[in-house]
Amino acid sequence: MEFFERFAVPHPSPLIYASMVAIGLVIIAIIAGVSYFKKWGYLWNEWLTTTDHKRIGIMYIISALLMLFRGGADAVMMRLQTSVPDNTFLDAQHYNEVFTTHGVVMIFFMAMAFVIGLMNFVVPLQIGARDVAFPRLNAISFWLYFAGAMLFNISFVIGGSPDAGWTNYYPLASNDFSTSVGVNYYNWALQISGIGTLMTGINFIATIIKMRAPGMTLMKMPMFTWSALITNAIIVFAFPVLTIAIIMGTLDRQFGTHFFASTNGGMDMMWANLFWVWGHPEVYILILPAFGIYSEIIATFSQRNLYGYKSMVGSMVIISLLSFLVWVHHFFTMGQDALTNSIFSITTMAIAVPTGIKIFNWLLTMWKGKIHFTVPMLYSVAFIPLFTIGGVTGVMLGVASADYQYHNTMFLVAHFHNTIIPGVVFAMLAGLTYWWPKMFGFMLNEKIGKWAFWFLTIGFCFSFFPMYITGLDGQARRMFTYSEATGFGPLNMLSFFGAGLMAIGFVIIVYNIYYSFRYSPRNVGDDPWNARSLEWATHNPVPEYNFAVLPQVESSEAFWDYKKKGHKLFPDSIKKIHMPNNSGLPIIMSGLFFIFGFSFVFYIWAGVIISAIGIFACMAYRSFEKDDGRYISAEEIKETEDKFGGAGQ
Amino acid sequence: MKIDHTQPLEYSTEQNQLNILGFWIFLGAEIMLFATLFASYFIYENRVGNGPSGGEIFEITPVLIETFVLLTSSFTIGLAINAMRLKRTKAMLVFLGITLLLGLGFLSVEIYEFMHYYHVGATLQTSAFTAILLTTLGTHGAHVTLGLFWGLFIMIQIKRRGLTPATANKSFIFSLYWHFLDVVWIFIFSFIYLKGMM
Repeated sequence: MEFFERFAVPHPSPLIYASMVAIGLVIIAIIAGVSYFKKWGYLWNEWLTTTDHKRIGIMYIISALLMLFRGGADAVMMRLQTSVPDNTFLDAQHYNEVFTTHGVVMIFFMAMAFVIGLMNFVVPLQIGARDVAFPRLNAISFWLYFAGAMLFNISFVIGGSPDAGWTNYYPLASNDFSTSVGVNYYNWALQISGIGTLMTGINFIATIIKMRAPGMTLMKMPMFTWSALITNAIIVFAFPVLTIAIIMGTLDRQFGTHFFASTNGGMDMMWANLFWVWGHPEVYILILPAFGIYSEIIATFSQRNLYGYKSMVGSMVIISLLSFLVWVHHFFTMGQDALTNSIFSITTMAIAVPTGIKIFNWLLTMWKGKIHFTVPMLYSVAFIPLFTIGGVTGVMLGVASADYQYHNTMFLVAHFHNTIIPGVVFAMLAGLTYWWPKMFGFMLNEKIGKWAFWFLTIGFCFSFFPMYITGLDGQARRMFTYSEATGFGPLNMLSFFGAGLMAIGFVIIVYNIYYSFRYSPRNVGDDPWNARSLEWATHNPVPEYNFAVLPQVESSEAFWDYKKKGHKLFPDSIKKIHMPNNSGLPIIMSGLFFIFGFSFVFYIWAGVIISAIGIFACMAYRSFEKDDGRYISAEEIKETEDKFGGAGQ
Repeated sequence: MKIDHTQPLEYSTEQNQLNILGFWIFLGAEIMLFATLFASYFIYENRVGNGPSGGEIFEITPVLIETFVLLTSSFTIGLAINAMRLKRTKAMLVFLGITLLLGLGFLSVEIYEFMHYYHVGATLQTSAFTAILLTTLGTHGAHVTLGLFWGLFIMIQIKRRGLTPATANKSFIFSLYWHFLDVVWIFIFSFIYLKGMM
């Protein structure tokens, strides 16, 4: 019996039992549905084993949307719990678990996946390539991320969720204070998906450096591709730090070492340092691609070239360097001397300079432009003032001496949501709407999209602006409740109201996808937005080989100049195209990784050893495998192109 | 697959060039991985708790043997790649074999060294210092172990398939990996052992 007791949830509540039933029913429904429609073959051959960057991108985005709803449910639960003083909806332990999983799910499994999904879909198209440099590795990246995400998500029904915050500070995260297996889940889920992310970083740097279309020099790349290049460079240099930090944490919790203990030479601040050496670059991993997306959208819907191309690139490079030099500002109050704090205070505030340059570039791009207020453009225009508020409060937090007042209050919570929601989430929704016709061949309904936009934006302001005030008044973050005498009640209720509006906004987005799938016209043409970069020079939806003929690029706005100045974009004729084969190995290997992680969480050594052998067997199989890909013949391509109405424009 | 005969075999296809670039980027990530370990090591170096310090447990003889063995293996894998460029498959296989044997020798001495630490009471759980020492050495050792299998697989493939653009590419990338492990060891030797014994 003792063996099975480990898997029980330490703090069960009716909510959790209901979730267990719901998870069971959904799994049965999916299996039954796919079997009923006889889609297993299709699912396996076309999606689960695919190495096509576009499909992998779409799978990333679907997973990210699922995680958005998981994390969103956590968020609504938190706002509900704190909406009135002395609420008893969640107890302290359950609240700890909810804010921890909210943070982890939203950062790692929603935002990262969304960013990487859009990069997967868009970057090869923008540089005129037929796939990424290592298509098989790309599939492994996705499936490792997926295995990590699933491992993390089962924690709340099997064994208990992590409860030490998404920053997982020690000694709180040690066995002494976090007694369930929750933090083990945190360690292994992030380790597994982190390996996938690192591989993505390597893959995209190699792709962007080596596979650009002829004529596309570095300074002629579209801005989103530039942001992807810099982001992936940050990934490659930041993620190994997290890898080591998590290994040390795992050793502490599962093998009795003393890295982050307060005895035998250990030092708990070491975790905080290592975590934020990775963690601060991480927030730029999320925001730089968002900047890239806004640059694309603002230029397209203002019908002007992006203002200050070179300064845009330069500021991103400077941001990426500074991002590694500011980590201490996350714990100004934890005992460094004044000089250390001052240095990190200055580097922190310095980041506002390149970011400010970018803001002015976007404003000047719109200046005298013919602005079309489509849904993507609305998100971009709302982003500029809202993100600026988030940036300015960030500078306030960056003043080390003043930070003693703000530290660990709701002011901080308001600040980082104010950068992440209008910054990253709006960019993802804008990008998804913008590239939707590229992915699926029809457009999302504009009118419903605008409803969603207004619900989200107004809901955002109601949710988070009150937190600035309660934070300045001293409401601490991560407290599951407060007394009526504090007077925080009404403003927290307002936050809950805002969270409700945002929830409605997301439901409208889902409805919009359903509605547009049913009713949107399918003949939108290849260039419905009158856009500027190469991804719009091929068909909607994109054929598997992307471009029948590789484009010849002469400027940073290649497709626009082709339309307006008559540059010849496709000088060559159709030849046979080399494509990668599908493979079942990535999903099988990731399944083994999932078993490996799960076994490790619960100290099931037999499972650890067997799955580890399986993983190495997969790698050995891959080493001996001969896979030279396949060719699509010129005739086949011509046939496909004729169906789309004309070869290579 | 278009093969460009003006390039050395390992660079002769587009995918080969991508693979080599990709691996260099991976080595960049590996540098960060070991840099994090070294940074942590320097922080924990003197935080020995009730356990021994580095100077008390390091033994120069096994460390010197490990160093010479691994440095020699880096030289022999260089010879193997040189033989590959000269299209002398047999010589290449011999040098690769010697490299892996030297790697195995290194690993054996390292295991002996770990057993020694265990006997003198410096285990993973003793102190933060012993933990970071064993984690750093262990990470390097795990890389060498993985390399032994990887190298063996490549040797088998060369034996079966001969020198093709694919096998040459794999061998070259493996040599980059092996040299990298050697460089890491030089840092371990200088900044962990020598610094600890001084």
